[in-house]
Amino acid sequence: MKDQILRTPLKAINWNRLDDEKDLEVWNRLTVNFWLPEKVPLSNDVQSWATLRPEERELTIRVFTGLTLLDTIQNTLGAPSMMPDAVTAHEEAVLSNIAFMEAVHARSYSSIFSTLCSTPEVDAAFRWSEENTHLQQKARMIVEEYNPGADPLKRKIASVFLESFLFYSGFYLPMYWSSRAKLTNTADLIRLIIRDEAVHGYYIGYKYQRGLEKVSEEKRQELKDFAFAMIFDLYDIEAKYAAELYDGIGLTEDVKAFLHYNANKALQNLGYEALFPPQACEVNPAILAALSTDSENHDFFSGSGSSYVIGKAVATEDDDWDF
Amino acid sequence: MLGLVYFSSVSGNTARMVQRLQMGGLRIPVSPADPMPQPDAPYVLICPTFADGMGRGAVPKRVIHFLNDPARRALLRGVIAGGNRNFGATFALAGDVIAKKCNVPVLYRFELAGTETDIARIRAGLAEFRGMECSIMA
Repeated sequence: MKDQILRTPLKAINWNRLDDEKDLEVWNRLTVNFWLPEKVPLSNDVQSWATLRPEERELTIRVFTGLTLLDTIQNTLGAPSMMPDAVTAHEEAVLSNIAFMEAVHARSYSSIFSTLCSTPEVDAAFRWSEENTHLQQKARMIVEEYNPGADPLKRKIASVFLESFLFYSGFYLPMYWSSRAKLTNTADLIRLIIRDEAVHGYYIGYKYQRGLEKVSEEKRQELKDFAFAMIFDLYDIEAKYAAELYDGIGLTEDVKAFLHYNANKALQNLGYEALFPPQACEVNPAILAALSTDSENHDFFSGSGSSYVIGKAVATEDDDWDF
Repeated sequence: MLGLVYFSSVSGNTARMVQRLQMGGLRIPVSPADPMPQPDAPYVLICPTFADGMGRGAVPKRVIHFLNDPARRALLRGVIAGGNRNFGATFALAGDVIAKKCNVPVLYRFELAGTETDIARIRAGLAEFRGMECSIMA
């Protein structure tokens, strides 16, 4: 064993020799999209925060601690656990980027807290996140698949569900506030997180599909059954989690439509068909508009919104178009 | 007759969408080594979006190469763009870029591999668009 280790050379990564072009494409996408919470003028939301009712503030902080937990897991356990399974050296490098960005996301929620909330409020919400059965349950279901002994492809399934499904019961709320012109800078920050998670879910789902190509038809069927069973169980927990959080402001059904829609997208990232029928996925148009906003709710005079602080240009590479 | 030409990267989202449409279609190959399709009749292009956060690189390089040929470009009648709403303002941006460059309409936008609703709308829309094309040409 020791001899073998000695004889196998340690390899330096060569980005000029690619086994899978997708690795470089995603690496470029992720690095260009790099950001830090300091880029977003969160303090412009202080006044807006004060207009929320106490129970709305509590809900928002709780939702954000829930999201922090998922980001923490993906940062410290999820992305690192997939590194030994990586097929290419470049895939490992991409996973290290994913791991770090999850740390940035987790850190961002604390930036929001320190800007908008009082310490006792935040401490109480972190305690809540440790005690909330549903939140703990869904996190544990994912973490089980991240254990060293777990199946590498099941690990990717769990990871895609975390990235592309589990976040959305939480992401709903800042999108909802944004659609009502509240906490618009916080929403800008969340949109940056959403953008990153979309690339992560896409990439891990893509690697999953490449992995499937190498296993037997029987194993493929087993994995598909596992994926659908898992999303079903996770949905069950999510529905209860959503009800607990959102019943108070009467938004649970609206959140559930958003969950169905995102569960289907998570399955698509794995290459599978939809689970929920179209009529169950009719997301509130205001939420969809808040997701793919251009610069709604923002103008140059009020100083709210970060779209121009971050800078937004819709550029095409003219050099590529030799028309 | 209005055909379909599409590009799908190795992740295969757009290919899955085109397969479910069951309307055929010529695929622009992923590898530069494979020959480009040469449509001989008007077509609609289905294209995913690869933009970064600033909107750069929205149109896949292979699609750009395909459209760089004036003969192929001349037959383009419209574009259907794939993407992910989670990319915000750049959602399905490839459609807008191609539409502007080639002076054709963006016919539809869909997410990832499309939903049942998307498939039905694209089928119905293409049928109607074909009808319009025929009456214009008649």
